[in-house]
Amino acid sequence: MAELGIDEVRKVARLARLELSAEELADLVGELSALLDHVDAIRQIDLSGVPPTAHALPLVNVLREDVPRSCLDRDEVLAAAPETEEGRFVVPSILGDEP
Amino acid sequence: MSWIERGAAAIAAAVRAGEVTARAVVEESLARIAETEEQLHCFHTTLPDEARRDADAIDEAVRAGREVGSLAGVPVALKDNLCTRGVETTCSSRILEGWKPPYDATVVARLRAAGAVVVGKTNLDEFAMGSSTENSAFGPTRNPWDLDRVPGGSSGGSAAAVAAGIVPLAYGSDTGGSIRQPASFCGVVGLKPTYGLVSRYGLIAFASSLDQIGPFACTVADATLGLEAVAGEDPMDSTSLGGRAPSLRLELGGGVEGLRVGLLGDFVNDVSPSCARAANEAADALARAGAKVDELSIPEARLGLPAYYVIAPAEASSNLARYDGVRYGLRVEGPDVESMNARTRAAGFGKEVRRRIMIGTYALSAGYYDAYYGQAQRVRTLMTRAFEAAYEHFDVLLSPTTPSEAFPIGAKVANPIEMYLSDLCTVSSNLTGHPAVSVPYALGDEGLPVGVQVMAPALHEARMLKVAAALEAAAPAGARAPVAVGGRASPIA
Amino acid sequence: MRDGYEMVVGLEVHCELATATKLFCGCPNAFGDEPNTNVCPVCLGLPGSLPVLNRRAAELAMRIGLALGCEVRPSVFHRKNYFYPDMPKDYQISQYDAPVNVNGRLELPDGSVVRIERAHMEEDTGKTTHVGGTGRIHGASHSLVDYNRAGVPLVEIVSAPDIGSAEQARAYVTELRGVLVATGASDGRMEEGSLRVDANVSVRPAGSARLGTRCEVKNLNSLRSLVRAIEHEAERQSAILAEGGTVAQQTRHWDEDAGVTHPLRSKEEADDYRYFQEPDLVPLVPDEPLLAAARSGVGLLPADRRRRLAELFGGGAGAVSDQVQTVIELDLDQLVVDAVEAGADARLALARAANEAAARPERARHLDAGSFASLLELESAGTLSATQSKAVLAALLDEGGDPREIARRLGYEALDASELDRLVDEVIEANPAEWGRYLAGDEKVSGFLLGQVMRNSGGRANGKLVAEAFARRRTG
Repeated sequence: MAELGIDEVRKVARLARLELSAEELADLVGELSALLDHVDAIRQIDLSGVPPTAHALPLVNVLREDVPRSCLDRDEVLAAAPETEEGRFVVPSILGDEP
Repeated sequence: MSWIERGAAAIAAAVRAGEVTARAVVEESLARIAETEEQLHCFHTTLPDEARRDADAIDEAVRAGREVGSLAGVPVALKDNLCTRGVETTCSSRILEGWKPPYDATVVARLRAAGAVVVGKTNLDEFAMGSSTENSAFGPTRNPWDLDRVPGGSSGGSAAAVAAGIVPLAYGSDTGGSIRQPASFCGVVGLKPTYGLVSRYGLIAFASSLDQIGPFACTVADATLGLEAVAGEDPMDSTSLGGRAPSLRLELGGGVEGLRVGLLGDFVNDVSPSCARAANEAADALARAGAKVDELSIPEARLGLPAYYVIAPAEASSNLARYDGVRYGLRVEGPDVESMNARTRAAGFGKEVRRRIMIGTYALSAGYYDAYYGQAQRVRTLMTRAFEAAYEHFDVLLSPTTPSEAFPIGAKVANPIEMYLSDLCTVSSNLTGHPAVSVPYALGDEGLPVGVQVMAPALHEARMLKVAAALEAAAPAGARAPVAVGGRASPIA
Repeated sequence: MRDGYEMVVGLEVHCELATATKLFCGCPNAFGDEPNTNVCPVCLGLPGSLPVLNRRAAELAMRIGLALGCEVRPSVFHRKNYFYPDMPKDYQISQYDAPVNVNGRLELPDGSVVRIERAHMEEDTGKTTHVGGTGRIHGASHSLVDYNRAGVPLVEIVSAPDIGSAEQARAYVTELRGVLVATGASDGRMEEGSLRVDANVSVRPAGSARLGTRCEVKNLNSLRSLVRAIEHEAERQSAILAEGGTVAQQTRHWDEDAGVTHPLRSKEEADDYRYFQEPDLVPLVPDEPLLAAARSGVGLLPADRRRRLAELFGGGAGAVSDQVQTVIELDLDQLVVDAVEAGADARLALARAANEAAARPERARHLDAGSFASLLELESAGTLSATQSKAVLAALLDEGGDPREIARRLGYEALDASELDRLVDEVIEANPAEWGRYLAGDEKVSGFLLGQVMRNSGGRANGKLVAEAFARRRTG
């Protein structure tokens, strides 16, 4: 059984920006450990020398000409927003700094 | 026989010829929704006014002698993860409840241009994560064959809508089997195209390197028509393949004489007796029709499930980061933006989605990337090579679509791993990018539909569909939709 | 900085590319428009949207790489995952371990070389403004986000930690900006934000080979800030080490008013960016059409311009390197080169351009090189004195025209040879005693004799020619 502790799960929840209750976190320890056990099959195999597949397709250089296209109407964009002020999206105060 | 039962090709031909109005056909569909929706819950949003308006416009165009397209007047249902401009698109999630996209997905635009009439947005497992449609935030969809059973997932609503004779054509998305598995459970044809054949622009992403949009229909011919109407290069999607949509219907009736068919023993051995039997019988039927049928084993195929359950959640964890309460969708207030984000996401995402975001974040995180995500990408290469090697000896591969018939609602929801095993036979095609189709073949021991899966190399849809058509012709009667609600194997009155 | 320590600096320069549209969508790449008017599903990161790479941005990125002597390679894009309100997708599409340009170098005017580790493409974020409190992020009651800038193409140029002083850092940024402007990739306006610089600063005991702990310094909005901040940070870190402490690895914000850096976040808790290859984009391969476009349209790089001027002096422009610097900074080097081509003396052309024309650089850039060359020839030939030449140049800059015309108008008509001789002879006749002393070898009296001719000519005589005339009569 893969050992995934509560601290690890808490750290992952922070990275994923999910505010989970203590109970939810505890449940996740079990659920994620079970899942990790299940996917462990792939960790056992020696695949050194096999290149990873990032794309199913052999495409390269898909490019777009540098020509302007019409933009969205600002009212339509802002209408979907939870809160706006002076044409901008409002968010509560930011604790962390820009990376 | 209703127009819906006659199918998409027949409707389009008749509408173009003026034999029936698009309006009349759409009224049939709307009436069927009214009859069945309370029991089935196929839809999150129905569009009766818009549909009538669109149908009238088609009829007007026909009267005026204008071109109306390959799907003229055909009522279609769209999975609610396809963006429809001005129409609520939720991915069956609270975090997008009420959100109206300001643009149409490319597939939606092409359907409209082809004259299709959208009657509604169908229910799905939240963000396409699931195999039963029980993960929808708005309640499950029920299987028309048996209301206590799941329709499969994640495209359960679309599959059920076709199976219940509400629409002859519906669209879903397939990331690990989300079109093919519900197709099998509901007794309809469900097709996942080659990755890149159909534009993903406007498909709300689950796992970007695996997602594809595809059709549901009662016949292979209609599914083919449905694929042709939307396939082809899209400049808005960098991963869409160049060139025009292939013309596929030409070879459908060509027969399977001399085609080399490989029955995937690995999957046959891992499924329920009735599913194994259906696959074996299908293989025999093809042999009788002139194909060269042999059994083969691709041991690497078994690595598909674990690889999938690393790659898909990893990509999803990144794709779903944008749901942060800032620009659209749900917002739960907090004293600062960080807690606002975290509360919004915890409240807006259901359990399964949260689970997958967590496992995906973990698989990508520092110290674990190589062991999990990196390794899974290598497994992908291994599997692709193995399948391509198999295709040197076989033209198509055959397997069961699912490990079982439709299971009861609530049976697996408490056990995620159990649920994940539903994808056993389907994930390989998503990982390799190859096309696959599920064709309803038989009724199982529980009297429920069992599908059989045909797989082909990349861009060989024509060959794949030819074999599918042959299977369809050979299948025993009564094994496929449309079906009356709750009526196992009874035809519509 | 405390005695016995040396600083080690690496610079990360973000350069906004001068394309018409954003990196992954067709929204205008424009500055100063109404908030949230240059947005679309792609740059807003709306559900279902997908990126498509801008060809011109790829060409310009490769062009920058070539101009910096980099190896231009096949590359892929990666997602850098982190949450921040100005990030529409809460991940940034960037390049990670397979960037488009690697292993370049930048030679500075003083001959020192700074290695360039990489120059990669990435998309810009939106802009946040903070409301309430000081207008800075801490103490703000809420923030407002504008996504017009989200998705603008950037090239991030990362230097090796080869810079050893704040002045060298300034020279690096100046030279780099010159390169970026010459390639047409950027307008290089630091104050407008199209060129942004972050500095990685560490200190170590002088002569040590090991690198000290470094801090990243942000918010450097001008060259002056860059220099002040680096000096301050080096002092701060060396003071800590001198007192036996250890420097904490941090990101620090430069406060221009207070003249200090404040810590932001400790690097230990830095986000885990969970980089993985962007599944929505395909690899970028430098094929012939891309490379051809990358190579074309590049103006002369600053080093080439310096070299070109140096060649006018047979490679040895050392004595006048300040003038060379000035002339290049003011974009007057083409004028000098063209004037020399038209027959002007190189040293004189450079001097007049760097000292006089430089006073009116905007006009000087439009000065006709042929006219400039004619004027310089007049001065070289002695027809005009230095003072006169400068006056004519000023007039040329003001109104253009023909130098001879202007000279005539200003009363600087050249004395022809016979008139000059007559004036000289008259002075000799009028001052026999002084002439006698001059003939006997008294050099000091030549100044008097010269002055007399100058006075009698109304300042029109060329001092050099007058002296020659006297000298000829003595020998001849």
